Amino acid sequence: MTDTDRQQELNRQELTDGAAGAAAATAALPPDQPQIAGGETRNQWRDVWRQFRSHRGAMVALILFIGVLLFVLAGPLIWTLDPTYVDIRARNTGFTSVHPLGTDQLGRDMLARLMAGGRVSISVGLTAMLIAIFLGSTIGVLSGYFRRLDAPLMRVTELFLALPLLPLLLLMVTLFREPLSQSFGPAMGIFLLIVSAIGATSWMQAARIVRGDVLGLKEREFILAAKSIGTPPRRMILRHILPNVMSPIMVAATLGIATAIITESALSFLGLGFPPDFPTWGRLLYDAVDQMVLYPSRVILPGVFISLTVLCVNYIGDGLRDAMDPRIRGR
Amino acid sequence: MLNFTMRRLLLAIPTLLFISLVIFLLLEASPGDPLGDVPLTVPPEVKEKMREALGLGQAWYIRYMLWLKQFFWVEPLHWTDKLLGTYFSDGMQRIISFQSRSPVFDVIAQRVPQTLIVVGMSYIVGVMIAIPIGILSAYKQYSWFDQVGTFVSMVGFSMPTFFTGVVFIIIFGVKLQWFPSVYDTTHVVTDWSSFWVQVRQMIMPVTVLALYNAAQISRFMRASMLDNLGQDYVRTARAKGLGERKVVLKHVLRNSLIPVVTVIALGLPTVFGGAIITEQVFKVNGLGQLLISAIHANDIPMVLTLTFIFAILIIVFTLIADILYGVLDPRIRYD
Repeated sequence: MTDTDRQQELNRQELTDGAAGAAAATAALPPDQPQIAGGETRNQWRDVWRQFRSHRGAMVALILFIGVLLFVLAGPLIWTLDPTYVDIRARNTGFTSVHPLGTDQLGRDMLARLMAGGRVSISVGLTAMLIAIFLGSTIGVLSGYFRRLDAPLMRVTELFLALPLLPLLLLMVTLFREPLSQSFGPAMGIFLLIVSAIGATSWMQAARIVRGDVLGLKEREFILAAKSIGTPPRRMILRHILPNVMSPIMVAATLGIATAIITESALSFLGLGFPPDFPTWGRLLYDAVDQMVLYPSRVILPGVFISLTVLCVNYIGDGLRDAMDPRIRGR
Repeated sequence: MLNFTMRRLLLAIPTLLFISLVIFLLLEASPGDPLGDVPLTVPPEVKEKMREALGLGQAWYIRYMLWLKQFFWVEPLHWTDKLLGTYFSDGMQRIISFQSRSPVFDVIAQRVPQTLIVVGMSYIVGVMIAIPIGILSAYKQYSWFDQVGTFVSMVGFSMPTFFTGVVFIIIFGVKLQWFPSVYDTTHVVTDWSSFWVQVRQMIMPVTVLALYNAAQISRFMRASMLDNLGQDYVRTARAKGLGERKVVLKHVLRNSLIPVVTVIALGLPTVFGGAIITEQVFKVNGLGQLLISAIHANDIPMVLTLTFIFAILIIVFTLIADILYGVLDPRIRYD
């Protein structure tokens, strides 16, 4: 069976699946009003969700990711110990009832620190991803839609792709941490710095994908139709182009969260991330490396959280891609 | 093809110039002072002299042009002198590190072997693991091998090297005591036993990096094999009675290696960058460690030169990937 056959088969199955519920009784007759023939109207996102649910790995990942989010967001409401409270007499304890995951070398509770660290790590990931996606889709749409902007913007993208990113990130973070933490406070300054540095260096893939899709869309009839009734470029982009390139953007966004979390923890691991009072998972791992021989659990726990979150996000991205683009299903 | 290569090489020049300018200006805009560690008891006029000795007296564009001249003119001359025994570069100033006061390229030349051995080995091992796994899991799509392989590559791809490295050290270095956890760069291989020591200390960093690379490459390999397995020419090959082994290993594999080879070429420079972290974990004093210590010490010439070398690597390997793609796949035409 070739790809097109398989595709047609899939389409047919989807159609019959969708229509079977309501149309079973009146299957013999054509529907009176074809627009509402399937009972509820079919909406793209509901279809995507249905496809997504059939991807087992992605569903498990989604549940685990929600679990991690709950642990990080709702956890502090239940486990109210302060993550920065220093209890020097209870330092380096193992797993006890007072400190279920032990304490670090200053007697700070590891469970509370993991929750606080996760909040920072995940919010860094989300914010950096938002910046990267915003930049990437803006540049992608602009260079795909306006022919005059295409060459210069793509040159810029290629330039950014040729930059050695990790060295540059290290450089940016080391050079600008002092002035920024002076003007915004140590935590906020570093947060802004890291988030914008990661965002500014990871938009290129999204821009290229979006540009390619926009170029393809521009040749379609509905764009021609919209143009012929005089739609101005701004509305053209917002109403017709953007909703149709949403799926690659969503996939790029999901995978972007994973990269951003890894990059942030790598920076923290090199000692260039957040200050120790504002733990992130990467920072917790970095702090524990000195004593990893004596207390391996303090290294492994944050590492497992980083890997688990990134794995979940990658699986969700995979599931989303499969759900949105049936041609590449199973790849 | 030659035309294309020439055009791309010419285009690379402004790109590289721009990148070097960006890095230079970034360093220039930084508030860090290379003389920040000089004791306060040193009088200001002496400090001013030191500053001039470091070449910091002039305006930034003069220093930038000077660096460009040193990088593109003096250094190549120096190396040709060394090779041919000529005296072109006599009396010319090479790029000097602020930290060690020795030429930047000499320090880099000392560090390159460590990085090359570890990173190069890990990449080769990674590719050698990834390609068979990719072939098998595409050929038996949805089998248990494929499911496990996909899951493992997903996990390998999601675990950052600084975590796998640390876990490896805890398990194999500390608990089992199989391998040393710190890479000893002063170790010299003279006979079989010292060679064995070298192999033992390389196993962990190489495995960590190789697993990470293998995870990525095997995903590409699988996708590319799947693309080709559904093609008509595969059916033709089977229809004319070729054995399954020949169909897969000769017809399909050759065609699916085309995109994978370019991906491997594209990934090489990022491996140099990504190895920064692994080098830090296992304390290999290669290029990555050099870069980090230079950043901490505000050693502007060293940071600039190293980052620029990374940029050159990226551009060169992108070009190599494009050319390889054209050579391997005659359907691709660049002219």
